[in-house]
Amino acid sequence: MLDTIPENAVWAIFFLPLASLLVILFLPRSQATAAGVVAALCIGAAFVLSLWALDSSLQADGHPLSFSSHEWLNVGDVLEVNVALNVDGLTAVMLVVVTSVSFLVQIYSMGYMKGDGGYWRYFAYMSLFTASMLGLILFNSILMVYVFWEMVGLSSYLLIGFWFHRPAAAAAAKKAFLVTRFGDLGFLMAILLIYVHAGTFDIAAIQDLAIAGAIGQTVLTWFALGVFAGAAGKSAQVPLHVWLPDAMEGPTPVSALIHAATMVAAGVYLVARMFPVFQVSPDAMSFAGAIGGLTALSAAMIGVVMVDIKRVLAYSTISQLGYMMLALGIGAYVAAIFHLFTHAFFKALLFLGSGSINHATNTFDMRLMGGLRKTMPITFITFVIGSLSLAGFFPLAGFWSKDEILSDAWAHERYLFYIALITAGLTAFYMFRAIFLTFFGEYRGGAEPETGAVVATLSNQAPVSTEPGGFEPDPVQAHAAAGAPHTAPEAHHGPHESPWLMVLPLILLSFPAILAGFANYNHDIEHLLVGALPEGAEVAEPTFRMGVAIAATIVPAVGVILAWAIYHAKVISAESLARLFRPVHSLLENKYYLDVLYERVVAGFLFHKALGGALATFERYIVDGAVNGAATSVRQTASVLRYLQSGQFQTYGALAFSSLVFTTVLVLVLSPL
Amino acid sequence: MISLEHVLVVGALLFSIGLFIALSRRNAVGVLMGIELMLNSVNLNLIGFARFVEAPRPIDGQVFAVFVITVAAAEAAVALALAVAVYRLRQTIDVDRLNLLKW
Repeated sequence: MLDTIPENAVWAIFFLPLASLLVILFLPRSQATAAGVVAALCIGAAFVLSLWALDSSLQADGHPLSFSSHEWLNVGDVLEVNVALNVDGLTAVMLVVVTSVSFLVQIYSMGYMKGDGGYWRYFAYMSLFTASMLGLILFNSILMVYVFWEMVGLSSYLLIGFWFHRPAAAAAAKKAFLVTRFGDLGFLMAILLIYVHAGTFDIAAIQDLAIAGAIGQTVLTWFALGVFAGAAGKSAQVPLHVWLPDAMEGPTPVSALIHAATMVAAGVYLVARMFPVFQVSPDAMSFAGAIGGLTALSAAMIGVVMVDIKRVLAYSTISQLGYMMLALGIGAYVAAIFHLFTHAFFKALLFLGSGSINHATNTFDMRLMGGLRKTMPITFITFVIGSLSLAGFFPLAGFWSKDEILSDAWAHERYLFYIALITAGLTAFYMFRAIFLTFFGEYRGGAEPETGAVVATLSNQAPVSTEPGGFEPDPVQAHAAAGAPHTAPEAHHGPHESPWLMVLPLILLSFPAILAGFANYNHDIEHLLVGALPEGAEVAEPTFRMGVAIAATIVPAVGVILAWAIYHAKVISAESLARLFRPVHSLLENKYYLDVLYERVVAGFLFHKALGGALATFERYIVDGAVNGAATSVRQTASVLRYLQSGQFQTYGALAFSSLVFTTVLVLVLSPL
Repeated sequence: MISLEHVLVVGALLFSIGLFIALSRRNAVGVLMGIELMLNSVNLNLIGFARFVEAPRPIDGQVFAVFVITVAAAEAAVALALAVAVYRLRQTIDVDRLNLLKW
């Protein structure tokens, strides 16, 4: 049994990644390769401290540990913001998730990013991200949460656009930044609203006021909806999910860390953090649940038709985040965070696995893969473990958390239960479709490495991508273009297992992907999370229902069998199915045409034409009109008044003297002596 | 018996005449002479007050007058020099035609 973690150690968790950022920034460029080691060491140390924090939190039964409050902002009598560290059960769980996944991803990145021109820049961004993410979960003030909320958004932007010389990556980064900003606007308004009504930024205080009924119902509902808008942007909920699939343009470890395990879960975390407030407002709760259900189902359906393995995983992430929101919406606070916890591990594992596959085949297009189980056995086994866990098969991690959600949904909101169940089946189907396409059958050639790799070795400083393949809009064409000199797959020396720096994190991550579910076997996580809630908040009691568990096993099993039948045994042809469901298929392939809608209608018409046009008119005629009008009226007046300036000093003299006389007379009349 | 009022009336008349000349003459030298008249009317005022009003320092007004005479002499010298310079440049000292400083 360790002592309770002291405040300085908690500060160290936050400052270690920041220190790593600073060290990397001032590293001599000749030593740039040390950046990965620095980042991994710092975050590893933060991970150890996080385990200590978890231990302390377990001893405290999840109740907040008390730390001293620091003045952060003081504007006279107007505004005073104090911040303090806040370590309770929820924080402790998040800390462990963030630091452990981040640590393993740093190790993996050392292998994956080897030889990239922006190697040190990559680790600097990653350190910045980890520090921001830790800040987001560590502080007790909603204002600080907002600050770090935007900082993780910034790091996400920087890392999606890491290979900024690729137009697709630059566009994806911009899109992610803009779309999440929509949600953040709601979050900011919610913060201002609650400050006006509650007079504090302190989360615990807001929760207490909400439970005590000191804040009006309407205000709380709007506040909860605003927070949910922010969460929906960050956690890629419909209709703000469109940025996440595009964010796959970033390096794969980034996708694993930021866009699967941690940052996108920040939205779920925020809603969970504000859970007592949501509970007071049933409208906001059911709204969150409905959006979560919609997201879970619609994203899973898109995942079925994607041919790019990373996009399959991206839609899977959106779908699972929807699952968590759904859980929060029905009051299954514990189940939601438990799912966040297990999902972080197996989804990071899957993304890192896809990166490993990409390392070998130079592509993410599953149509160019196949048969990789022989050449990449470790990647294959770990990927299957991750998929089984995601699909929720007993006794892997995903089973326990998913089952809790399903069980709570059955008890509280029947329609969401069916949605969740169908989603579970689809999840198993698309994951095993991916496995059969990638690892079974014959190898279909992969793709040529991008020529960028050659340039990168020539000039180590040039920011040139070495990630080959990437996301091409038309993979077949790209393949043809890249492999123009020779088309035979034997021409380049075949796929191979990735270096141990990449394989090791895969192996390490498969342990929590298998075992993380047992973390709640003795209701440890439940105690932690419930302890984090203030007095008076109620949570749904998770109960194990055998019927639900059986259903939750049979439905994914059907999904797996279908995937096997279609993509491995080829009993049913995928093409004929696609032809049969032509309208549905093309609807899904085009992601419900949401991107088109946003681009043409929202961005093109609503913002560019209508709003932009109106503002341009306003600017041209009102703003410019005021400026030009001022100038014109001065000129008009002057054209009359200038005749007074005759150049005749005698006129001036007469004017001056008569003014003097006039003034004197006036003074004498108005105030007689 | 001459009283303060008499002196002030003469001063005021003299000042008005000087002002009229300064504002109405076209010849720059005439204008200067008008200004001299105004200055001297002021002197008359100062001397008048010094003579008729009880004051702790009775010669203040006279000292002022002496100063004004001195400054007026200097001013006349500068102004006449200007008039000569303007005449050399423009072949005229008609102030109506010295109107370059206008819109």
